[in-house]
Amino acid sequence: MICQECGERQATLHFTKIINGEKTEFHICEVCAKEKGEVLPGMDNSFSIHNLLSGLLNFDATNNSTMNPNMQQSKQCPKCGLTYSQFSRSGRFGCSQCYKAFGERLEPLFRKVHSGNISHYGKIPRRSGSLIQMKREIQELKQQLQRAISNEEFEQAAQLRDNIRSLENKLNQ
Amino acid sequence: MSLDKFIKNAVSDWMKGDGPDSDIVMSSRVRLARNEDTIPFPLIATEDQLQTVVTEVGDVITRSDVTDELGKLELLRMNQLKGIQKRVLVEKHLISPNLAEESTAGSVVLSENESVSIMLNEEDHIRIQCLYPGFQLQQAWEKANSIDDWFEANINFAFDEKVGYLTSCPTNVGTGLRASVMMHLPALVMTEQMNRMLPAINQLGLVVRGIYGEGSEALGNIFQISNQITLGRSETEIIEDLANVAKQLIDQERQARNTLAQQSRLRLEDKIYRSYGILSHARTIESKEATQRLSDVRLGIDLGFIKNTSANILNELIVLTQPGFLQQYAGEMLTAEQRDERRAKLIRERLLLNE
Repeated sequence: MICQECGERQATLHFTKIINGEKTEFHICEVCAKEKGEVLPGMDNSFSIHNLLSGLLNFDATNNSTMNPNMQQSKQCPKCGLTYSQFSRSGRFGCSQCYKAFGERLEPLFRKVHSGNISHYGKIPRRSGSLIQMKREIQELKQQLQRAISNEEFEQAAQLRDNIRSLENKLNQ
Repeated sequence: MSLDKFIKNAVSDWMKGDGPDSDIVMSSRVRLARNEDTIPFPLIATEDQLQTVVTEVGDVITRSDVTDELGKLELLRMNQLKGIQKRVLVEKHLISPNLAEESTAGSVVLSENESVSIMLNEEDHIRIQCLYPGFQLQQAWEKANSIDDWFEANINFAFDEKVGYLTSCPTNVGTGLRASVMMHLPALVMTEQMNRMLPAINQLGLVVRGIYGEGSEALGNIFQISNQITLGRSETEIIEDLANVAKQLIDQERQARNTLAQQSRLRLEDKIYRSYGILSHARTIESKEATQRLSDVRLGIDLGFIKNTSANILNELIVLTQPGFLQQYAGEMLTAEQRDERRAKLIRERLLLNE
Protein backbone atom coordinates (compact mmCIF):
# COMPACT_ATOMS: atom_id res chain seq x y z
CA MET A 1 0.00 0.00 0.00
CA ILE A 2 1.27 3.48 -0.91
CA CYS A 3 1.53 6.23 1.71
CA GLN A 4 -1.56 8.44 1.60
CA GLU A 5 0.44 11.56 2.52
CA CYS A 6 3.29 11.61 0.01
CA GLY A 7 1.81 9.11 -2.45
CA GLU A 8 5.34 7.88 -3.17
CA ARG A 9 6.73 5.63 -0.50
CA GLN A 10 5.35 2.38 0.82
CA ALA A 11 3.04 2.86 3.81
CA THR A 12 4.48 1.11 6.84
CA LEU A 13 2.24 2.51 9.56
CA HIS A 14 -1.38 1.49 9.58
CA PHE A 15 -3.63 2.76 12.31
CA THR A 16 -7.16 3.80 13.10
CA LYS A 17 -8.08 7.01 14.84
CA ILE A 18 -11.41 7.40 16.56
CA ILE A 19 -12.35 11.03 17.11
CA ASN A 20 -15.84 11.74 18.48
CA GLY A 21 -16.92 8.27 17.50
CA GLU A 22 -15.82 8.81 13.91
CA LYS A 23 -13.40 6.19 12.66
CA THR A 24 -10.66 7.12 10.20
CA GLU A 25 -7.99 4.81 8.88
CA PHE A 26 -4.46 5.99 8.18
CA HIS A 27 -1.80 4.39 6.02
CA ILE A 28 1.40 6.38 5.98
CA CYS A 29 5.14 5.91 5.61
CA GLU A 30 7.71 6.49 8.34
CA VAL A 31 9.01 9.71 6.85
CA CYS A 32 5.55 11.31 6.72
CA ALA A 33 4.73 9.93 10.16
CA LYS A 34 7.76 11.72 11.57
CA GLU A 35 6.82 14.94 9.86
CA LYS A 36 3.23 14.75 11.05
CA GLY A 37 4.40 13.93 14.57
CA GLU A 38 2.58 10.62 14.61
CA VAL A 39 3.94 7.63 16.51
CA LEU A 40 7.52 6.88 15.64
CA PRO A 41 8.28 3.23 15.42
CA GLY A 42 11.46 2.49 17.25
CA MET A 43 12.70 5.79 18.54
CA ASP A 44 10.06 5.97 21.23
CA ASN A 45 10.90 3.05 23.42
CA SER A 46 8.67 4.03 26.29
CA PHE A 47 5.59 4.53 24.17
CA SER A 48 3.78 1.25 24.28
CA ILE A 49 4.74 -0.02 27.69
CA HIS A 50 3.85 3.15 29.58
CA ASN A 51 0.69 3.71 27.65
CA LEU A 52 -0.39 0.15 28.25
CA LEU A 53 0.54 0.37 31.90
CA SER A 54 -1.25 3.61 32.36
CA GLY A 55 -4.29 2.08 30.69
CA LEU A 56 -4.12 -0.80 33.12
CA LEU A 57 -3.85 1.49 36.13
CA ASN A 58 -6.56 3.86 35.02
CA PHE A 59 -8.86 0.96 34.53
CA ASP A 60 -8.23 -0.07 38.13
CA ALA A 61 -8.62 3.50 39.29
CA THR A 62 -12.02 3.95 37.66
CA ASN A 63 -13.20 0.72 39.20
CA ASN A 64 -12.08 1.82 42.62
CA SER A 65 -13.42 5.32 42.33
CA THR A 66 -16.91 4.10 41.54
CA MET A 67 -16.78 2.10 44.73
CA ASN A 68 -15.17 4.71 46.90
CA PRO A 69 -14.71 8.16 45.41
CA ASN A 70 -12.66 9.46 48.35
CA MET A 71 -10.10 6.71 48.34
CA GLN A 72 -8.85 7.82 44.93
CA GLN A 73 -7.78 11.22 46.24
CA SER A 74 -6.64 10.15 49.66
CA LYS A 75 -3.70 7.97 48.63
CA GLN A 76 -0.58 10.05 48.54
CA CYS A 77 3.07 9.26 49.20
CA PRO A 78 4.06 11.06 52.43
CA LYS A 79 7.65 11.43 51.26
CA CYS A 80 7.53 12.70 47.69
CA GLY A 81 3.90 13.81 47.54
CA LEU A 82 2.99 11.77 44.46
CA THR A 83 -0.71 10.88 44.47
CA TYR A 84 -2.07 7.55 43.37
CA SER A 85 -3.89 9.16 40.49
CA GLN A 86 -0.67 10.85 39.33
CA PHE A 87 1.02 7.47 39.51
CA SER A 88 -1.74 5.83 37.53
CA ARG A 89 -1.47 8.51 34.85
CA SER A 90 2.30 8.25 34.37
CA GLY A 91 2.84 4.61 35.35
CA ARG A 92 5.90 5.66 37.38
CA PHE A 93 6.65 5.91 41.06
CA GLY A 94 8.07 9.09 42.59
CA CYS A 95 10.34 7.51 45.19
CA SER A 96 11.01 4.28 47.06
CA GLN A 97 8.38 5.18 49.70
CA CYS A 98 5.61 5.17 47.09
CA TYR A 99 5.73 1.39 47.16
CA LYS A 100 4.74 1.46 50.83
CA ALA A 101 2.31 4.35 50.47
CA PHE A 102 0.27 2.68 47.73
CA GLY A 103 0.63 -0.59 49.59
CA GLU A 104 -1.72 -3.43 48.86
CA ARG A 105 -3.17 -1.69 45.80
CA LEU A 106 0.02 -2.59 43.95
CA GLU A 107 -0.33 -6.33 44.32
CA PRO A 108 -2.92 -6.80 41.56
CA LEU A 109 -0.79 -4.63 39.29
CA PHE A 110 2.35 -6.68 39.97
CA ARG A 111 0.40 -9.84 39.35
CA LYS A 112 -0.72 -8.57 35.95
CA VAL A 113 2.70 -7.32 34.89
CA HIS A 114 4.78 -10.20 36.26
CA SER A 115 2.69 -13.25 35.36
CA GLY A 116 1.09 -13.63 38.77
CA ASN A 117 4.24 -13.04 40.84
CA ILE A 118 4.36 -10.67 43.78
CA SER A 119 7.57 -11.66 45.60
CA HIS A 120 11.24 -11.15 44.81
CA TYR A 121 13.44 -14.24 44.75
CA GLY A 122 16.57 -12.70 43.33
CA LYS A 123 19.67 -10.95 44.52
CA ILE A 124 19.78 -9.16 47.88
CA PRO A 125 22.18 -6.25 48.41
CA ARG A 126 25.05 -7.74 50.42
CA ARG A 127 25.73 -4.86 52.77
CA SER A 128 22.34 -3.30 53.47
CA GLY A 129 20.50 -6.56 53.00
CA SER A 130 22.35 -8.83 55.43
CA LEU A 131 19.35 -9.06 57.77
CA ILE A 132 17.07 -9.93 54.89
CA GLN A 133 19.61 -12.48 53.74
CA MET A 134 19.53 -14.08 57.18
CA LYS A 135 15.73 -14.13 57.29
CA ARG A 136 15.64 -15.79 53.90
CA GLU A 137 18.16 -18.37 55.03
CA ILE A 138 16.05 -19.18 58.10
CA GLN A 139 13.02 -19.55 55.84
CA GLU A 140 14.87 -22.01 53.63
CA LEU A 141 16.21 -23.99 56.60
CA LYS A 142 12.68 -24.24 58.00
CA GLN A 143 11.47 -25.74 54.74
CA GLN A 144 14.33 -28.22 54.81
CA LEU A 145 13.42 -29.05 58.42
CA GLN A 146 9.83 -29.81 57.41
CA ARG A 147 11.06 -32.10 54.67
CA ALA A 148 13.50 -33.85 57.02
CA ILE A 149 10.74 -34.45 59.58
CA SER A 150 8.32 -35.86 57.04
CA ASN A 151 11.07 -38.13 55.73
CA GLU A 152 11.77 -39.20 59.32
CA GLU A 153 15.40 -38.07 59.04
CA PHE A 154 15.55 -36.99 62.66
CA GLU A 155 19.30 -36.64 62.98
CA GLN A 156 19.37 -34.16 60.12
CA ALA A 157 16.29 -32.44 61.50
CA ALA A 158 18.02 -31.85 64.83
CA GLN A 159 20.99 -30.35 63.03
CA LEU A 160 18.74 -28.06 61.01
CA ARG A 161 16.82 -27.02 64.14
CA ASP A 162 20.09 -25.99 65.83
CA ASN A 163 21.15 -24.00 62.78
CA ILE A 164 17.82 -22.20 62.73
CA ARG A 165 18.09 -21.37 66.45
CA SER A 166 21.56 -19.96 66.16
CA LEU A 167 20.56 -17.81 63.16
CA GLU A 168 17.45 -16.59 64.98
CA ASN A 169 19.56 -15.64 67.97
CA LYS A 170 21.89 -13.65 65.73
CA LEU A 171 18.89 -11.95 64.14
CA ASN A 172 17.49 -10.89 67.51
CA GLN A 173 20.73 -9.40 68.73
CA MET B 1 38.30 11.43 7.02
CA SER B 2 38.69 8.18 5.11
CA LEU B 3 35.87 5.67 5.46
CA ASP B 4 38.24 3.09 6.91
CA LYS B 5 39.29 5.46 9.65
CA PHE B 6 35.75 6.65 10.25
CA ILE B 7 34.57 3.09 10.77
CA LYS B 8 37.46 2.36 13.12
CA ASN B 9 36.58 5.37 15.23
CA ALA B 10 32.83 4.95 15.02
CA VAL B 11 32.34 1.26 15.64
CA SER B 12 32.63 0.13 19.25
CA ASP B 13 35.15 -2.61 19.96
CA TRP B 14 32.44 -5.03 20.96
CA MET B 15 30.88 -4.76 17.49
CA LYS B 16 34.12 -5.82 15.81
CA GLY B 17 34.68 -8.79 18.06
CA ASP B 18 33.50 -12.20 17.05
CA GLY B 19 31.63 -13.73 19.95
CA PRO B 20 30.40 -17.32 20.21
CA ASP B 21 27.67 -18.18 17.68
CA SER B 22 28.11 -14.76 16.14
CA ASP B 23 26.81 -16.03 12.79
CA ILE B 24 23.37 -15.82 14.40
CA VAL B 25 23.59 -13.94 17.70
CA MET B 26 24.68 -10.36 17.06
CA SER B 27 24.89 -9.28 20.68
CA SER B 28 23.96 -10.15 24.25
CA ARG B 29 22.92 -7.47 26.68
CA VAL B 30 22.14 -7.28 30.38
CA ARG B 31 20.75 -4.24 32.14
CA LEU B 32 20.25 -3.70 35.87
CA ALA B 33 18.05 -0.86 37.16
CA ARG B 34 18.98 0.58 40.55
CA ASN B 35 17.96 3.59 42.64
CA GLU B 36 19.37 5.35 45.65
CA ASP B 37 17.25 4.81 48.72
CA THR B 38 16.98 8.36 50.02
CA ILE B 39 16.75 10.30 46.76
CA PRO B 40 13.40 10.58 44.93
CA PHE B 41 13.29 8.91 41.51
CA PRO B 42 14.23 11.08 38.50
CA LEU B 43 10.54 11.78 37.76
CA ILE B 44 10.28 13.86 40.96
CA ALA B 45 13.85 14.61 42.10
CA THR B 46 15.31 18.10 41.94
CA GLU B 47 18.31 18.87 39.78
CA ASP B 48 20.48 19.07 42.94
CA GLN B 49 19.37 15.65 44.14
CA LEU B 50 20.11 14.10 40.76
CA GLN B 51 23.48 15.82 40.79
CA THR B 52 24.25 13.93 44.01
CA VAL B 53 23.76 10.66 42.14
CA VAL B 54 26.26 11.77 39.49
CA THR B 55 28.81 12.82 42.13
CA GLU B 56 28.50 9.59 44.11
CA VAL B 57 28.76 7.41 41.03
CA GLY B 58 31.70 9.52 39.90
CA ASP B 59 33.48 8.67 43.16
CA VAL B 60 32.88 4.93 42.78
CA ILE B 61 34.11 4.70 39.19
CA THR B 62 37.49 6.20 39.98
CA ARG B 63 38.21 3.64 42.71
CA SER B 64 41.18 1.47 41.86
CA ASP B 65 39.49 -1.92 42.22
CA VAL B 66 36.91 -0.79 39.68
CA THR B 67 39.37 0.63 37.15
CA ASP B 68 41.67 -2.38 37.55
CA GLU B 69 38.91 -4.57 36.26
CA LEU B 70 37.12 -2.34 33.76
CA GLY B 71 39.88 -0.01 32.64
CA LYS B 72 39.36 3.70 32.59
CA LEU B 73 35.76 4.81 32.77
CA GLU B 74 34.59 8.09 31.34
CA LEU B 75 31.64 10.10 32.63
CA LEU B 76 29.82 12.14 29.99
CA ARG B 77 27.16 14.68 30.92
CA MET B 78 24.31 15.11 28.49
CA ASN B 79 24.46 18.91 28.69
CA GLN B 80 28.07 18.84 27.53
CA LEU B 81 27.32 16.88 24.37
CA LYS B 82 26.10 18.22 21.04
CA GLY B 83 22.82 16.94 19.60
CA ILE B 84 24.55 14.83 16.98
CA GLN B 85 26.93 13.26 19.51
CA LYS B 86 23.97 12.21 21.64
CA ARG B 87 22.21 10.82 18.58
CA VAL B 88 25.28 8.72 17.77
CA LEU B 89 25.31 7.32 21.32
CA VAL B 90 21.65 6.37 20.87
CA GLU B 91 22.35 4.65 17.56
CA LYS B 92 25.15 2.67 19.20
CA HIS B 93 22.64 1.57 21.86
CA LEU B 94 24.82 3.13 24.58
CA ILE B 95 22.14 5.53 25.81
CA SER B 96 18.38 5.65 25.38
CA PRO B 97 16.58 8.33 23.38
CA ASN B 98 15.04 9.48 26.67
CA LEU B 99 18.41 10.10 28.29
CA ALA B 100 19.50 12.15 25.28
CA GLU B 101 16.67 14.56 26.07
CA GLU B 102 17.61 14.83 29.75
CA SER B 103 18.88 18.07 31.16
CA THR B 104 22.01 18.69 33.21
CA ALA B 105 22.06 15.68 35.55
CA GLY B 106 21.52 13.09 32.82
CA SER B 107 24.86 11.36 32.30
CA VAL B 108 26.46 8.20 31.04
CA VAL B 109 29.56 6.32 32.18
CA LEU B 110 31.35 4.44 29.38
CA SER B 111 34.15 1.90 29.49
CA GLU B 112 36.92 2.32 26.94
CA ASN B 113 35.69 -0.45 24.64
CA GLU B 114 32.06 0.65 25.22
CA SER B 115 30.94 -2.78 26.40
CA VAL B 116 29.91 -1.19 29.70
CA SER B 117 27.58 1.78 29.73
CA ILE B 118 25.99 3.10 32.90
CA MET B 119 23.15 5.55 32.40
CA LEU B 120 22.53 8.01 35.23
CA ASN B 121 19.21 9.71 35.90
CA GLU B 122 17.27 8.28 33.04
CA GLU B 123 14.10 6.57 34.27
CA ASP B 124 16.08 5.21 37.23
CA HIS B 125 19.10 6.73 39.00
CA ILE B 126 21.48 4.04 37.79
CA ARG B 127 21.16 1.65 34.88
CA ILE B 128 24.11 -0.66 34.45
CA GLN B 129 24.34 -2.07 30.94
CA CYS B 130 26.80 -4.68 29.66
CA LEU B 131 26.86 -5.41 25.96
CA TYR B 132 28.85 -8.33 24.53
CA PRO B 133 29.30 -9.57 20.98
CA GLY B 134 27.74 -12.92 20.09
CA PHE B 135 26.07 -15.25 22.51
CA GLN B 136 27.59 -14.30 25.89
CA LEU B 137 24.58 -13.75 28.09
CA GLN B 138 26.13 -15.37 31.14
CA GLN B 139 29.29 -13.27 30.84
CA ALA B 140 27.26 -10.09 30.44
CA TRP B 141 25.25 -10.94 33.56
CA GLU B 142 28.36 -11.71 35.63
CA LYS B 143 29.95 -8.43 34.65
CA ALA B 144 26.81 -6.41 35.39
CA ASN B 145 26.48 -8.22 38.71
CA SER B 146 30.02 -7.36 39.77
CA ILE B 147 29.57 -3.71 38.79
CA ASP B 148 26.38 -3.73 40.87
CA ASP B 149 28.38 -5.07 43.83
CA TRP B 150 30.87 -2.21 43.57
CA PHE B 151 28.11 0.37 43.65
CA GLU B 152 26.34 -1.43 46.44
CA ALA B 153 29.44 -1.24 48.63
CA ASN B 154 29.15 2.55 48.51
CA ILE B 155 25.55 3.44 47.83
CA ASN B 156 22.38 2.37 49.66
CA PHE B 157 20.04 1.06 47.02
CA ALA B 158 16.26 1.22 47.35
CA PHE B 159 15.38 -2.36 48.22
CA ASP B 160 12.37 -3.98 49.79
CA GLU B 161 12.36 -7.33 51.50
CA LYS B 162 9.26 -8.47 49.66
CA VAL B 163 9.44 -6.92 46.19
CA GLY B 164 13.20 -6.53 45.77
CA TYR B 165 14.91 -3.63 44.01
CA LEU B 166 12.55 -0.68 43.79
CA THR B 167 12.39 0.95 40.39
CA SER B 168 10.58 3.88 38.83
CA CYS B 169 8.45 1.65 36.68
CA PRO B 170 6.54 -1.32 38.13
CA THR B 171 7.61 -3.44 35.15
CA ASN B 172 11.21 -3.49 36.43
CA VAL B 173 10.65 -4.08 40.13
CA GLY B 174 12.28 -7.16 41.69
CA THR B 175 15.55 -7.98 39.99
CA GLY B 176 15.60 -4.82 37.86
CA LEU B 177 17.13 -7.13 35.28
CA ARG B 178 16.46 -6.96 31.60
CA ALA B 179 18.46 -9.43 29.57
CA SER B 180 18.30 -9.62 25.81
CA VAL B 181 19.86 -11.26 22.81
CA MET B 182 19.82 -9.73 19.35
CA MET B 183 19.50 -12.45 16.74
CA HIS B 184 19.67 -12.54 12.95
CA LEU B 185 17.12 -15.14 11.86
CA PRO B 186 16.64 -14.80 8.09
CA ALA B 187 16.07 -18.49 7.36
CA LEU B 188 13.38 -18.83 10.03
CA VAL B 189 11.63 -15.82 8.50
CA MET B 190 11.98 -17.10 4.92
CA THR B 191 10.61 -20.51 5.86
CA GLU B 192 7.80 -18.81 7.78
CA GLN B 193 8.66 -20.59 11.02
CA MET B 194 9.22 -17.43 13.05
CA ASN B 195 5.53 -16.56 13.33
CA ARG B 196 4.79 -20.04 14.57
CA MET B 197 7.42 -19.81 17.29
CA LEU B 198 6.48 -16.40 18.67
CA PRO B 199 3.47 -17.52 20.76
CA ALA B 200 5.53 -20.30 22.39
CA ILE B 201 8.30 -17.86 23.28
CA ASN B 202 5.78 -15.45 24.78
CA GLN B 203 4.37 -18.19 26.96
CA LEU B 204 7.76 -18.56 28.60
CA GLY B 205 7.62 -14.99 29.89
CA LEU B 206 9.88 -13.70 27.12
CA VAL B 207 9.17 -11.04 24.53
CA VAL B 208 10.31 -10.81 20.95
CA ARG B 209 10.69 -7.44 19.32
CA GLY B 210 12.02 -6.02 16.09
CA ILE B 211 15.41 -4.38 16.11
CA TYR B 212 14.28 -0.92 17.16
CA GLY B 213 12.45 -1.91 20.29
CA GLU B 214 8.82 -2.28 21.15
CA GLY B 215 6.13 -2.09 18.57
CA SER B 216 8.45 -2.17 15.59
CA GLU B 217 8.61 -4.83 12.95
CA ALA B 218 11.64 -7.02 12.54
CA LEU B 219 13.71 -4.98 10.13
CA GLY B 220 16.40 -7.00 8.45
CA ASN B 221 15.22 -10.21 10.11
CA ILE B 222 16.79 -9.04 13.34
CA PHE B 223 14.91 -9.95 16.50
CA GLN B 224 15.53 -8.93 20.07
CA ILE B 225 14.43 -11.50 22.60
CA SER B 226 14.25 -10.44 26.23
CA ASN B 227 12.71 -11.34 29.56
CA GLN B 228 9.39 -9.71 30.34
CA ILE B 229 9.03 -10.38 34.02
CA THR B 230 11.46 -9.22 36.69
CA LEU B 231 9.57 -10.35 39.79
CA GLY B 232 9.23 -13.90 41.10
CA ARG B 233 12.25 -15.32 39.34
CA SER B 234 15.91 -15.14 40.30
CA GLU B 235 18.48 -13.54 38.02
CA THR B 236 20.00 -16.95 37.27
CA GLU B 237 16.61 -18.36 36.25
CA ILE B 238 15.88 -15.39 34.03
CA ILE B 239 19.26 -15.70 32.28
CA GLU B 240 18.93 -19.49 31.93
CA ASP B 241 15.43 -19.33 30.46
CA LEU B 242 16.46 -16.77 27.91
CA ALA B 243 19.68 -18.61 27.06
CA ASN B 244 17.78 -21.86 26.52
CA VAL B 245 15.32 -20.24 24.13
CA ALA B 246 18.17 -18.53 22.28
CA LYS B 247 19.99 -21.88 21.94
CA GLN B 248 16.89 -23.46 20.47
CA LEU B 249 16.49 -20.62 18.00
CA ILE B 250 20.16 -20.93 16.98
CA ASP B 251 19.66 -24.64 16.27
CA GLN B 252 16.43 -24.06 14.36
CA GLU B 253 17.94 -21.25 12.32
CA ARG B 254 20.96 -23.41 11.39
CA GLN B 255 18.65 -26.23 10.31
CA ALA B 256 16.50 -23.87 8.27
CA ARG B 257 19.61 -22.43 6.58
CA ASN B 258 20.77 -25.93 5.64
CA THR B 259 17.37 -26.88 4.30
CA LEU B 260 17.16 -23.71 2.21
CA ALA B 261 20.70 -24.15 0.88
CA GLN B 262 19.94 -27.72 -0.14
CA GLN B 263 16.39 -27.49 -1.40
CA SER B 264 16.10 -23.99 -2.84
CA ARG B 265 19.70 -23.15 -3.59
CA LEU B 266 19.06 -21.33 -6.87
CA ARG B 267 16.30 -19.12 -5.47
CA LEU B 268 18.31 -18.41 -2.36
CA GLU B 269 21.44 -17.50 -4.33
CA ASP B 270 19.37 -15.32 -6.63
CA LYS B 271 17.86 -13.41 -3.69
CA ILE B 272 21.24 -12.92 -2.03
CA TYR B 273 23.12 -11.85 -5.17
CA ARG B 274 20.33 -9.47 -6.20
CA SER B 275 20.61 -7.77 -2.83
CA TYR B 276 24.39 -7.67 -3.16
CA GLY B 277 24.00 -6.17 -6.63
CA ILE B 278 21.64 -3.48 -5.41
CA LEU B 279 23.80 -2.55 -2.44
CA SER B 280 26.93 -2.32 -4.54
CA HIS B 281 25.30 -0.18 -7.23
CA ALA B 282 22.38 1.78 -5.80
CA ARG B 283 22.61 5.57 -5.83
CA THR B 284 19.92 6.16 -3.25
CA ILE B 285 18.47 3.77 -0.70
CA GLU B 286 16.08 4.08 2.25
CA SER B 287 17.10 2.63 5.56
CA LYS B 288 14.42 -0.06 5.54
CA GLU B 289 15.50 -1.48 2.20
CA ALA B 290 19.17 -1.17 3.12
CA THR B 291 18.62 -3.16 6.30
CA GLN B 292 16.75 -5.90 4.45
CA ARG B 293 19.40 -6.15 1.71
CA LEU B 294 22.20 -6.18 4.27
CA SER B 295 20.45 -9.07 5.98
CA ASP B 296 20.51 -11.01 2.68
CA VAL B 297 24.18 -10.22 2.14
CA ARG B 298 25.06 -11.30 5.68
CA LEU B 299 23.26 -14.60 5.09
CA GLY B 300 25.22 -14.96 1.85
CA ILE B 301 28.47 -14.48 3.78
CA ASP B 302 27.44 -17.00 6.44
CA LEU B 303 26.55 -19.58 3.77
CA GLY B 304 29.84 -19.02 2.00
CA PHE B 305 28.23 -17.63 -1.20
CA ILE B 306 29.79 -14.21 -0.82
CA LYS B 307 33.47 -14.18 -0.05
CA ASN B 308 36.00 -11.46 0.73
CA THR B 309 33.46 -9.48 2.69
CA SER B 310 33.70 -9.19 6.44
CA ALA B 311 30.92 -10.83 8.41
CA ASN B 312 30.71 -7.76 10.64
CA ILE B 313 29.30 -5.79 7.74
CA LEU B 314 25.70 -6.19 8.89
CA ASN B 315 26.26 -5.09 12.51
CA GLU B 316 28.48 -2.30 11.34
CA LEU B 317 26.41 -0.87 8.50
CA ILE B 318 23.10 -1.10 10.32
CA VAL B 319 24.55 1.27 12.88
CA LEU B 320 26.58 3.42 10.49
CA THR B 321 23.68 4.08 8.11
CA GLN B 322 21.48 5.56 10.86
CA PRO B 323 20.74 9.28 10.47
CA GLY B 324 23.11 10.39 13.27
CA PHE B 325 26.12 8.56 11.89
CA LEU B 326 25.40 9.57 8.30
CA GLN B 327 25.34 13.21 9.35
CA GLN B 328 28.46 12.82 11.44
CA TYR B 329 30.28 11.25 8.49
CA ALA B 330 29.02 13.95 6.15
CA GLY B 331 29.89 16.64 8.70
CA GLU B 332 26.59 18.44 8.10
CA MET B 333 22.83 18.22 8.62
CA LEU B 334 21.10 16.21 5.90
CA THR B 335 17.55 15.99 4.62
CA ALA B 336 15.87 12.59 4.27
CA GLU B 337 16.66 12.49 0.54
CA GLN B 338 20.28 13.46 1.13
CA ARG B 339 20.55 10.75 3.76
CA ASP B 340 19.24 8.12 1.32
CA GLU B 341 21.91 9.21 -1.15
CA ARG B 342 24.69 9.21 1.46
CA ARG B 343 23.56 5.85 2.76
CA ALA B 344 23.83 4.29 -0.71
CA LYS B 345 27.29 5.84 -1.14
CA LEU B 346 28.52 4.69 2.26
CA ILE B 347 27.39 1.11 1.63
CA ARG B 348 29.00 1.08 -1.84
CA GLU B 349 32.27 2.34 -0.42
CA ARG B 350 32.14 -0.13 2.44
CA LEU B 351 31.63 -3.07 0.08
CA LEU B 352 34.55 -1.85 -2.04
CA LEU B 353 36.84 -1.75 1.01
CA ASN B 354 36.83 -5.53 1.02
CA GLU B 355 37.42 -6.12 -2.65
